[in-house]
Amino acid sequence: MSAAAARLEARESPGSFGAAFAWALARDVKLALRHPGETLLVIAFFVLVASLFPLAVGADPQLLARIGPGVIWVCALLAAFLSLPALFATDHADGSLEQMALAPHPMSGWVTGKIAAHWLASGLPLTVLAPLLGLQYGLEPEALPALVAALALGTPVLSLLGAACTALTLGARGGGMLLALLALPLFVPVLVFGAGAADAGAMGLSAAPHLSLLAAMLIVAALGVPAAVCAALRIALD
Amino acid sequence: MNWFYLASPATFYRFAGWLAPWFFGLAAILAAAGLYVGFGVAPTDAQQGEVYRIIFVHVAASWMSMFLYFVMACYGAVALTFNTRLAAMMARAIAPTGAMFTFVALWTGSFWGRPTWGTYWVWDARITSELVLLFLYFGFIALANAFEDPRRGDRAAALLALIGVVNLPIIYFSVQWWNTLHQGSSVKLTGTSMHVAMLWGMLLMAIAFWMYSIGAALTRVRAIILERERRTHWVRGLAP
Repeated sequence: MSAAAARLEARESPGSFGAAFAWALARDVKLALRHPGETLLVIAFFVLVASLFPLAVGADPQLLARIGPGVIWVCALLAAFLSLPALFATDHADGSLEQMALAPHPMSGWVTGKIAAHWLASGLPLTVLAPLLGLQYGLEPEALPALVAALALGTPVLSLLGAACTALTLGARGGGMLLALLALPLFVPVLVFGAGAADAGAMGLSAAPHLSLLAAMLIVAALGVPAAVCAALRIALD
Repeated sequence: MNWFYLASPATFYRFAGWLAPWFFGLAAILAAAGLYVGFGVAPTDAQQGEVYRIIFVHVAASWMSMFLYFVMACYGAVALTFNTRLAAMMARAIAPTGAMFTFVALWTGSFWGRPTWGTYWVWDARITSELVLLFLYFGFIALANAFEDPRRGDRAAALLALIGVVNLPIIYFSVQWWNTLHQGSSVKLTGTSMHVAMLWGMLLMAIAFWMYSIGAALTRVRAIILERERRTHWVRGLAP
């Protein structure tokens, strides 16, 4: 057997990481497409909260341009956070989570796949929509690429960290509020560097240092957090 | 000596009951000495006057708030790797004391900030990360108590403490990017910029707080053991 064929065999064999990842990703994306309302709700929440700020702090264009990047980041963080409880809770409620845990595939494979699907259904739409909100807040068009890049790098970290917290709270009393108490403090670094990148872009500075740090966080989180999610799920399924 | 001898809650209950008063006593003596050095011996600060004397509580409490989180996470790691009940109970017992010291550090810091900076609160790097630490403690306590099955709460909270301890340095360095008002650390491993009596007062208070934390954690873990083991023979045997 040639090396390429062996690689193909390894990828397609039923117990591999890649197979579990692809299966979970396809399944959750299909579920999200069958119920588009949930993704639309996340987007609606994002836009709605962002439009509350000009009503609350006043419509002064200079002030809005100043606080715009931070407001968009906080709204994106809250919107991504609101869709977290459904990540594992529905599968846990109908028993399919236990079936997945029993499968011969590595747990980290389908866990990572589910997290990726969660990002596609929540983080990605927010990232795509952010420039529009940025323009409404009067940001300079030159500042928008930094905002989008920061959201594209930062929202996957939110999905990863949030998945660990939501796995920890499976079956807990006081679900939503408890999840907020666990997840929001862990989101602080992403918020600081994400809003920092957008701010630097708005002030005409280079956003590269912030973006590099966000990318570093994404790499570390992508490598480390799935293991923590698996440990949390094993505790929950015990 | 068999170290697993003490891992049994029944044995540790008696051992902790014997040990805790000693630590409380040490804490009282050291705190009295530290306060005497702080208020009687240490000179008035050249720039801040008498106000600086809050340092003897503030710095010691800040140190303990971070150190206790680390100790709690270590107990969490032991609880998860060896699946021991007692380590998880110790992690639970430390959390409220850690949260208390975090709160004390924030509270005394705001009283120190008012006369010296002219404000009770600023969104400065150290203050913000200390506030986040307080919420990490609250999250730990809330998660540990959120389950019907206490063992489930033990293990989930232990894992949360470990995630938090990895995240703490990241939070700290991320918020440090803001330009900071908080003064830099005066105590460094390579020497100190303080008067010797000030340093001694601070160290005495820090060790006093440390001893108090051990005593409080041991007392609290006794209560947790009694609650968990209330259906066992040895606990029923304790009742007169």
